[in-house]
Amino acid sequence: MRYAFLDENSKKEIRRAILKAIAIPGYQVPFASREMPIARGWGTGGLQITLSIINEGDCIKVIDQGCDGSLNAVNIRNFVVSVTGNKTTTDTKKATIIQSRHRIPEEQLEEGQCLVLQVPYPEVLVNVEADSYKQKLMHANKDYARLWVLLYEDTARFGDSRISNRYPVIVNNRYAMDPTPIPRYDIPKLNNNKALILFGAGREKKIYAIPPYTEVEPLKFEDKEFKIETFDDKKCARCGTKGVFMDEVYNDDGSVTYYCNDTSYCDKKLKGEL
Amino acid sequence: MILEVKNLTKVYGEFCDKCLESTGPEFESSVCPYCSSVVAVNNINIRVNKGEVVGIVGESGSGKSTLLQLIYQDQKADQGVVYIDGFKDDLGNYKNILEADPNELSYLRTKLMSMIYQNPRLGLNYQFSAGGNIAEKIIMSGIRNYAEIRKRVLYFLEKTEIPKERVDDYPDRFSGGQQQRIQISKALASNPKLLLLDEPTTGLDLSVQAKILDLIKKLQKEMGFAMIIVSHDLGVIKHLTNICIVMKNGQIVEKGLTDQILEDPQHPYTQLLVSSAL
Repeated sequence: MRYAFLDENSKKEIRRAILKAIAIPGYQVPFASREMPIARGWGTGGLQITLSIINEGDCIKVIDQGCDGSLNAVNIRNFVVSVTGNKTTTDTKKATIIQSRHRIPEEQLEEGQCLVLQVPYPEVLVNVEADSYKQKLMHANKDYARLWVLLYEDTARFGDSRISNRYPVIVNNRYAMDPTPIPRYDIPKLNNNKALILFGAGREKKIYAIPPYTEVEPLKFEDKEFKIETFDDKKCARCGTKGVFMDEVYNDDGSVTYYCNDTSYCDKKLKGEL
Repeated sequence: MILEVKNLTKVYGEFCDKCLESTGPEFESSVCPYCSSVVAVNNINIRVNKGEVVGIVGESGSGKSTLLQLIYQDQKADQGVVYIDGFKDDLGNYKNILEADPNELSYLRTKLMSMIYQNPRLGLNYQFSAGGNIAEKIIMSGIRNYAEIRKRVLYFLEKTEIPKERVDDYPDRFSGGQQQRIQISKALASNPKLLLLDEPTTGLDLSVQAKILDLIKKLQKEMGFAMIIVSHDLGVIKHLTNICIVMKNGQIVEKGLTDQILEDPQHPYTQLLVSSAL
């Protein structure tokens, strides 16, 4: 079998799309999404990016909502290993490529690392304009007034935006971008991140990127603060950490236990490595 | 000068060499006998000065609405030049707005001119609240401060006599006349220099018509923008405008002071129009 599953021409095409995406931060580059051995909508965009950029020296980590051990993450990791034979890790710092769904790892990413995010809906304007031709025109004209109107309406009625995940961001002072369904907690990490962040939407056939050290701002009014999720004094039941993004687990008796959402972070805390 | 229109032309169809010279009021037709194109607007020249209110009257199909849409660029003109005060190149010369790129166009449509349509459905976004619609224009003019936006939204709603408490209601919860007022608030929210009105009161009942006309007149005096009003209702023209243009078959047949034209029409078509008014 060929290394990394995809044929060389496919990889070339996807790499070209990635290069263009890096050159225009936040801009959605169309690409010919291939049939993959997993269903569209299950991470095919991220997987195609991973398989196009991987080489023999890479160490890969796959997470699903912060967890290395969830079914999807395990299956994608096993697949990548079966077609490349590359090394894998659960340690955020040791990985060179991190494919993720809906989370950015708790530990800070470094130069040379690449975060690949799986994207369900790449178009940030879809809630305010259904016509994709008009969406393109709006992007071209940097016409994001309607996103601001949504924010205005939520602020007028509820005091703050109602968007809990997929919070719209402005990349490099130019394009409005859907950051994938990461929680608000992760949005500030996009700004000036040292790692390359790539976004792949397999079903919607789009690739976009945030190059290292790019300015990424959440959409917010000058006189309002961007609020992120807080877990107050909640402690991880496993490692005892406070102040990170938590999972809320309901036990059979109705009580609630909190755990670190990022399992790699939790493991390291437990071992005393952090 | 606020607006200057020179030789503006719009033809639907093939547009042969003979289109312009073989249509118009003297032929009683807008359809070119050679290529069957419809000449909607035929070599129109208009000049509007600061604070002036210009009315355009004419029968259905005379090209008056099309003319307004060409200026606002809901449609693209085939020929002609349109200058607007405030739209100049680096050397300070007026730029033809028909050649504006999309970015410039959005500047033109937020900062320099606004359009009020006969049907509020064209001017309002029904997925946004009344306040949101007005906020859209304010946001487009570059303001990103919530308190400031909210203040202005309420200010303009009050100006058009919509109760402040209803600011977060959706447009389809308002009556037809109120929707038209919201549209007016929205159009004025960016402080335009030129307001284009396309049959703003047609389809509303008479008492509401009168109120909206009074409102427009009051706001015009207060804010001092120039207006072009298209209407087939001579009452509206008489009530609002100083200067009046009569159009037929895509051309101007008469222009002058509104009083003069309505009291002493010169062109046979205008005479017919005035005498047939109820």
